[in-house]
Amino acid sequence: MDEATIPISALNQYTYCSRRCALIHVEQTFEENIYTMRGRDLHERTDTPEESGWEDGIRIERALPLWNNRLGLIGKADVVEFHGETPYPVEYKHGRLHKYENDDLQLCAQALCLEEMTGQPVPRGAIFHHSSRSRREVAFDHELHNLVEITIKAIRGMFSSKTIPPPVNDARCRNCSLQEACMPSAIAEQKRTRLLHENLFRVIDP
Amino acid sequence: MHQLLNTLYITTEGAYLHLDHDTLKVEVEKETKLQVPIHHLGGVVCFGNVMVSPFAMHRCAEDGRFMVLLDRNGRFKARVEGPVSGNVLLRKAQHEAMTNNQITISIAKNIVAGKIQNTRQVILRGARDTDDQQDVLTLKATAESLGGALSRLSNCEDLDQIRGVEGESARTYFGSFDKLVREDRESFKLNGRTRRPPLDRMNALISFIYALLMNDCVAAAEGVGLDPQMGFLHALRPGRAALALDLMEEFRSILADRLALTLVNRRQINKNCFIERPGGAIHLNDEGRKEVVIAYQKRKQEEILHPFLEQKMPIGLIPHVQARLLARTLRGDMEEYIPFLYR
Ligand code: SF4
Repeated sequence: MDEATIPISALNQYTYCSRRCALIHVEQTFEENIYTMRGRDLHERTDTPEESGWEDGIRIERALPLWNNRLGLIGKADVVEFHGETPYPVEYKHGRLHKYENDDLQLCAQALCLEEMTGQPVPRGAIFHHSSRSRREVAFDHELHNLVEITIKAIRGMFSSKTIPPPVNDARCRNCSLQEACMPSAIAEQKRTRLLHENLFRVIDP
Repeated sequence: MHQLLNTLYITTEGAYLHLDHDTLKVEVEKETKLQVPIHHLGGVVCFGNVMVSPFAMHRCAEDGRFMVLLDRNGRFKARVEGPVSGNVLLRKAQHEAMTNNQITISIAKNIVAGKIQNTRQVILRGARDTDDQQDVLTLKATAESLGGALSRLSNCEDLDQIRGVEGESARTYFGSFDKLVREDRESFKLNGRTRRPPLDRMNALISFIYALLMNDCVAAAEGVGLDPQMGFLHALRPGRAALALDLMEEFRSILADRLALTLVNRRQINKNCFIERPGGAIHLNDEGRKEVVIAYQKRKQEEILHPFLEQKMPIGLIPHVQARLLARTLRGDMEEYIPFLYR
């Protein structure tokens, strides 16, 4: 991946935990290693984009490639509805894993791509929650636009310095699929490392 | 922690392994002997003359599942590998660490400390398990001497010294290894460590288990994106997986030697499980190999507490976790590599 280009998904990851974002994109840690491939295969099968087309008079594009050259963003939208000429991105979420803010940020980044691609303003979009089958509309205000730009800058800085931030080691880790690669508690608690290292050369019998 | 996937070991020579949709099928004399969904497997190991279809190879390589071809005695012959992927920054850090004396010394030292600690535990356990006072005395003395090696190790300042302590403690350990054997001591006498080829049954048995363990260590290193050939303790040599050998040191006694002893002491392996070749080389026979492979697989499923991560996990996952800890150390996330200590 071009260092200057940022995948839209990185915004969501970065807001969740910056280390997570760095592990995936800087270290290329695969979220799926051979042990979780089984899960990935299932995922791929269910996420295969269906045909795009017309539904209830609205044009629907699925798995639409997105980009914004000004911001150096690339990505893909689950669904973009075209309300007349106006694109309306809809992002599908499986669990309740992420906080709203992450999802809104991701959706707004999609909107910024669609604006540049189509030349049309994109004022709104929606998050569709699978578990509750409910749709929540998000308005892309000035504040959200700003947040997207700030986040992109922060991510770009992290990518070019190739640094991996320290782990947050809090409740977020429990739901994080990168736990095994990240080892949050082992790294956050260096005191434990030091103690174990001292004892490594001592004879201590139980 | 993810569930440990099985390794499929094919020990029947003349078997044919091929892919049928998402299932691997093993045929022997045109008869399907085994079918496993490929998703259930972490990798495939073939012993001796086993045929593998190209598509089965493609699929394993694509998925990152390892496929290893060994000769019938477990010696490494070839690995089917997909495109190199993973973490180029980690590999760079690994190569840089190798040229940094301080990092090399600290990693090598910690690995050897882990090895000596674990061998010492195996010796002490043997001393607890026997009623023979003479054996107890010998084993206790060995444990004592290994303890001394640890404190000498902490003062080592270069690789040669570290390797010296390592070699010396290995000789001490194998010197009283016979005292850990409780059944048929006559047949399982260890005449020092002889590798190429093994010249007694005990050597043949542990060498074979080391070969199994070695494949798991290579897979563990590759799995986290480390270069298995670039080691710290072991000198670089073409064709040698020096890092996997490094990683393996802390597991030899607790995973391989203890398994060998259990198999002998429970009479699951007896002297009839071996063949002697003209000239004196000794190898496991078909039956022996099968017995060992099954026992090894079972052992890998047993759960154990990882003292550093403070988590329970299957034993087979430990090499993978240690490879990860090593990777984290190389990336500067941790100050020291902490080996797995068996208690
Ligand atoms: S395990 Fe925790 S610290 Fe590590 S990437 Fe995930 S959320 Fe971040």
